[in-house]
Amino acid sequence: MNTTPSASANEWPLWEVFVRPKAGLDHKHCGSLHAADPKMALQLAREVYTRRQEGTSVWVVKSSDITASDPGDKAMLFDPMEDKVYRHPTFYPLPDEVNHM
Amino acid sequence: MAPPGSLRSPPPGEAPNRPGNPSGAAAASITIQMTPPVEYVLRIADTCLIHAQRLAEWCGHGPVLEEDIALTNQALDLIGQARGLLTLAGRLEGQGFDEDQLAFLRDEHDFRNLTLVEQPMRRSSAHSPGGDFADTVLRSFLLATWLKLTWQRLASSSEPELAAIAGKALKEARYHQQHCGDWVVRLGDGTDESARRLAAALDRAWPYVNEMFQRDAVDEVAQASGLGPARDELAVDWQREVAEVFADAKLSLPPATPFVSTGTLGRHSEHLGFILAEMQTLQRSFPAGRW
Repeated sequence: MNTTPSASANEWPLWEVFVRPKAGLDHKHCGSLHAADPKMALQLAREVYTRRQEGTSVWVVKSSDITASDPGDKAMLFDPMEDKVYRHPTFYPLPDEVNHM
Repeated sequence: MAPPGSLRSPPPGEAPNRPGNPSGAAAASITIQMTPPVEYVLRIADTCLIHAQRLAEWCGHGPVLEEDIALTNQALDLIGQARGLLTLAGRLEGQGFDEDQLAFLRDEHDFRNLTLVEQPMRRSSAHSPGGDFADTVLRSFLLATWLKLTWQRLASSSEPELAAIAGKALKEARYHQQHCGDWVVRLGDGTDESARRLAAALDRAWPYVNEMFQRDAVDEVAQASGLGPARDELAVDWQREVAEVFADAKLSLPPATPFVSTGTLGRHSEHLGFILAEMQTLQRSFPAGRW
């Protein structure tokens, strides 16, 4: 997510865009764009990512404000969960009325 | 690429029965029976259509990818509005012309758009000697404000179809006004260079603003019948809304000028002919073509 100093001096900052497809669902990350300020980022997100009626709400976050895990730590952080299938709720029969599980 | 022959023009005899083009082979111009209601609707329709055509010149040339898409989205909104209005104008006119015939087979003197929208808006487009991005966002802002106020009043038109078009278009115009208004502030309150270019754009646009608020017999018929507002009704609200954004942009409304342009009367500047030549060439070469 970091831009080099020379690039950031000439380019608008990068923003990450999150769109909520319909009421009741979560905002989902759908891409990024360049914009000069938050208001412009929202408008351009609307132009670029909701032009086929994909959204009912948009969030934008400056990419530089996101703290991300280090890809080098992937094995340490995520592999230990591989053999802990008992953490999945798949051993329980679910009633039909429960959706989105 | 479509293979050759996929662009079909119907052979003579099979052509749809279109008034003004009975053989289907020639691209003859249509002639409009201009009544006040038809002319009233065409003034708004053609203003949307020609402004959309100018905005479409930016397609693939925007300053950044995202703004390129934004300008094209705006052009498509305006084309959608023009389509609805042209269909309505065709019905009011009575000879059975559809939206395509009205857009592509009318001659220059039958167009009724504001002269402002004909003016060059982008540097180095084929027939556009002047204009740049500042002209684009400024003109779009001035027009979107005018259109928004027009749609607000048309939403209660005595013509239900016009009221329905206005209800949908109002949301689009509100967004165009905000998006372009933000750019006006950004440029006007930006660097010395951006402020200078915005001020130059305002000097170029301002002489054509008077026409937006003229009142003539067509306006009076529309106003009296409840079809829609006379243009002079919009002046006070327009000036207030524009002045608010201009204050943030460190611009002031220039003094009024005596010149009144005449596009809404069918007398156009030298630029409209070039726009129509480009816009109409396909329909005129392949009348009623489908692809």
